[in-house]
Amino acid sequence: MLTFVQQLINGLTIGSFYALIALGYSLVYGIMKLINFAHGDLFALGCYVGYTLLVWVSASLTSLFGIWGCLAVGMIVAAIGVGGAGILMERVAYRPIYPAGRLPAVVSALGVSIFLENFIMVVWGPRYLAYHSSFIPAGYWQIGSFRITVLQVVILVLSFILMGVLYYIIEKTTFGAAIRAAAFDRDTAKLMGIDINKIIFFVFSVGPALGGATGVMVGMYYRQISFTMGWVYGLRAFTATIMGGIGNIPGAMIGGIILGILEMLGAGYISAAWKDVFVFVVLIAVLIFRPTGLIGEKKAEKV
Amino acid sequence: MKKNIVIFIIVAVALCIFPFVASTYLVDVVFFFGIYTLLGLSLNIILGEVGLFDLGHAAFYAVGAYTTAILNTRLGIPIFVLLPISGIAAAAFAWLVCSPIIHLRGDYLCIVTIGMGEIVRIALLNDPGGLTGGPNGVFGIERPILGGPLVIESSIAFYFLIWIIVGLSIFALVRLQNSRIGRAWNCIREDEVAAEATGIDVRSLKLLCFILGAGLAGIAGNVYASKMMCVSPESFTFMDSCMYFCIVLLGGSGSIPGTIIGAGAISLFPEIFRSLAKYRMLFFGVAMVAMMYFRPGGLWPRKRGGLGSK
Repeated sequence: MLTFVQQLINGLTIGSFYALIALGYSLVYGIMKLINFAHGDLFALGCYVGYTLLVWVSASLTSLFGIWGCLAVGMIVAAIGVGGAGILMERVAYRPIYPAGRLPAVVSALGVSIFLENFIMVVWGPRYLAYHSSFIPAGYWQIGSFRITVLQVVILVLSFILMGVLYYIIEKTTFGAAIRAAAFDRDTAKLMGIDINKIIFFVFSVGPALGGATGVMVGMYYRQISFTMGWVYGLRAFTATIMGGIGNIPGAMIGGIILGILEMLGAGYISAAWKDVFVFVVLIAVLIFRPTGLIGEKKAEKV
Repeated sequence: MKKNIVIFIIVAVALCIFPFVASTYLVDVVFFFGIYTLLGLSLNIILGEVGLFDLGHAAFYAVGAYTTAILNTRLGIPIFVLLPISGIAAAAFAWLVCSPIIHLRGDYLCIVTIGMGEIVRIALLNDPGGLTGGPNGVFGIERPILGGPLVIESSIAFYFLIWIIVGLSIFALVRLQNSRIGRAWNCIREDEVAAEATGIDVRSLKLLCFILGAGLAGIAGNVYASKMMCVSPESFTFMDSCMYFCIVLLGGSGSIPGTIIGAGAISLFPEIFRSLAKYRMLFFGVAMVAMMYFRPGGLWPRKRGGLGSK
């Protein structure tokens, strides 16, 4: 029971990372019908931008805003920077290629991914870097016999706020309705007077921005960052997206959280070395019985 | 048609002369070009002919390579005997894992193949039953013996081995392309519902393309294992699967000459641009995007002929 609750808390924290990254995949997929393979590397870029900010300008920032302010600034700058990178990527690598079809776009996405990964390696070096512990809120609460750290609470609250805001925008506002319409049928939405370019701008800035902010959170949580982490987290988050049902916003959130919890329970009860196998086996089992994910909508076959 | 035969003869003669004039290093580079070609051709069956996204192709390659490695080092079975066995093992593995998931569509199938690739890689890393040797892999694999004193040992011998296998595969695949099965595959790729409506057994044919593709990848794994004399899980990562995927799409999906050119581009690019050192992969990413910008259909797209032409 003790392990279970402890692993549940850890899993929820990691799951909210996956959920935030998965949202980026899902947003882009919904509109473009394209798996943005570079999204994981955009997330890694967020980690490094946050790192640079916290290392280089930390002294002046801390005196101005305090530790919490400093972290907030780090996260906001990382989000804006990575969001900008996302838009740039869409303009340079996707927009000119998109009319040629889906397969060239996938290769282009893989190309951007390789480029970004190596860009990070060239700029920051191939070695592991570590977030300095002085920026990371220490302390924990001991409830009964399990513990929850201040950082975990901050991460959970923050991710749920971000997810809530995005959910509100997509599901309750007029602009959100336009996004859903464009995701449903792009051409018809265009005929109805929806500005598709605005929506593409939105998904390619907000998705990566969420990824960038998550990057800073992951950096604070694990401290150690490396240029290959984009692949690792990208793959997990992509798995989460599929598990929930791709192109489906609540699906991505739920998929991410379930994946995080499964991973931690797998690590706690089976073995840490086999946890990824456990995750993928569950994913395959889910897809065998629900071929379009947990809450993927039933779509009639187009003839 | 006559022009094709002339080109074919010129290429074949050039390939035969090449190893005797080039340095050992270059012969090895072209050997790996051959391995990549074989892998590209095997993935081309799945991705090019039938249009199924397979981003876990390294798993089939790994099954072939490890079958060879384990059976050779443990039981001492000769490499050439293992050549068909590795292919059959990889094909059987594909049949086993793909049967329950073959009904999935597009991106859902894609993630399941990624998952399968990761499961195989992690399983190899975790050394189940002490068979795979964990992160170190299996080493001490023998060279292929043709019988008596004829041992394939030098770079040139391996070069001929792989290109003979590639040549035979191309011969078989071209015939397959023009067969009833090949046409049914292309029909599934263009419109699955229409294919099913015309009486094509979509499920079995999709499964067949995975089995054949995996078998060919398993054979490539056998040659790779005996050439390197050791196999380790780091040769079979997700990144490798992505590379094979790019070989097919850079060359031209469904096109056999395209796949060869794609394999050449992917295997020779890092060698040619070695002087760029750490910026090499940076340019590689840019080159991939640029390629898709200028030639979205691939370097040598498949020509459509006969009844299927649009």
